[in-house]
Amino acid sequence: MATSANTEDLIRVVVQIADDHLILGHRLSEWCGHAPMLEEDLSMPNMALDLVGQSRALYSYAAQLENKGRSEDDFAYLRKDREYTNCLLVERPNTDFAHTMLKQFYFAAFMHPFWQGVKNGSDETLRGIAGKAEKEIGYHIRHAGEWIVRLGDGTDESAERMADAIDALHPYTSELLEVDDARQSCIAAGVIPEIGPIQAQWNATIHNVFTQAKLNVPEVDFPQQGGRTGHHTEDFGFLLTELQYMQRTYPGAQW
Amino acid sequence: MSNAETIDLEAARAVAVNVCDPELPFLTLGDLGILRSVEVHGTTVIAKVSPTYSGCPALDVIEQSVHDALAQAGFNARVERMMTPPWTTDWITEEGRRKLEANGIAPPGNTQTDKNILFAKTAVCCPQCKSENTIKISEFGSTPCKAQYQCNSCSEPFDYFKCH
Ligand SMILES: [Zn+2]
Repeated sequence: MATSANTEDLIRVVVQIADDHLILGHRLSEWCGHAPMLEEDLSMPNMALDLVGQSRALYSYAAQLENKGRSEDDFAYLRKDREYTNCLLVERPNTDFAHTMLKQFYFAAFMHPFWQGVKNGSDETLRGIAGKAEKEIGYHIRHAGEWIVRLGDGTDESAERMADAIDALHPYTSELLEVDDARQSCIAAGVIPEIGPIQAQWNATIHNVFTQAKLNVPEVDFPQQGGRTGHHTEDFGFLLTELQYMQRTYPGAQW
Repeated sequence: MSNAETIDLEAARAVAVNVCDPELPFLTLGDLGILRSVEVHGTTVIAKVSPTYSGCPALDVIEQSVHDALAQAGFNARVERMMTPPWTTDWITEEGRRKLEANGIAPPGNTQTDKNILFAKTAVCCPQCKSENTIKISEFGSTPCKAQYQCNSCSEPFDYFKCH
């Protein structure tokens, strides 16, 4: 078994993953009450609940590792925009239902094999979180994947909207697969899986669903990244304003 | 450590195991299989509870209920969250499955379906008329643990406790 990861690197990676989940969960929650039908209005907040729940467990673990008296809420609500290290994909605006489902699908298709690796990794707390998350994210792959097939192989308008969503979001997917120094250290320690097999599975999942949906996987000329180092898109500030509103207005408010 | 012997571990276990789930109040934590252990450490009873789903809003309530029930029974109690190994619907007892069905909720199947197979059909039996001619309305329902189905034989809509 590999040696344990450097604590600072481990915290960085745990916070990156937590931020991905919190921000995507928040984006999904924006649909609450606006979905095209009741069943979807239940499904999106349900998926959001999974993601926010996963982020809570991760922030709590980061807080425990850091041991500076910060809580999960301090991480979620009281950092500045540059301190969030989520990938840019998850903060992209919902735009329409096609964009929303595609974003969810890209993310879930990555997290599912990632969690499977973490579940068998060397960190006990993360193994527990991964065991739950892997099953939950499996439902997200299927739910979003089915919508991509319905829309891609649907009407002229739905197919066009799916194609637009792919053009807009595909350039953001490379950041999901990026390995920075902190991740490299966690891979070496056996906490998170090697990226090669994860990338292969991600590609296979995307190709499988796009083929059924009669959609093409585009070539990306200008991959977009920066979130992992705190360089966010303009939309992120607006998202944080809403996410942090309650804690900023009523500091210390508790449920 | 002499106090440990005076604590009735079996009595404490009986209290904790019979606490009811806040969202499915006809099920006990024992039925659900989420009470993982009850131990005595010194003068404290420690109950370990596993979350069902990461985002389960009932988790805090469940932990508080276990703590309160033990305290009310006179125990000095602490409740801990146990993440590993992760809870699975396979841990719901036979009694729990029987109670689910009696309350109109189809109990979970015990096989995991492949998440990469889209539009897969899970055979779910109607809890009212036992017909297998049912259709999925929505993968997501009123709580994170349930999906919505409808029976084509008796027309009754019902919840299915998702396999997890
Ligand atoms: Zn029926």
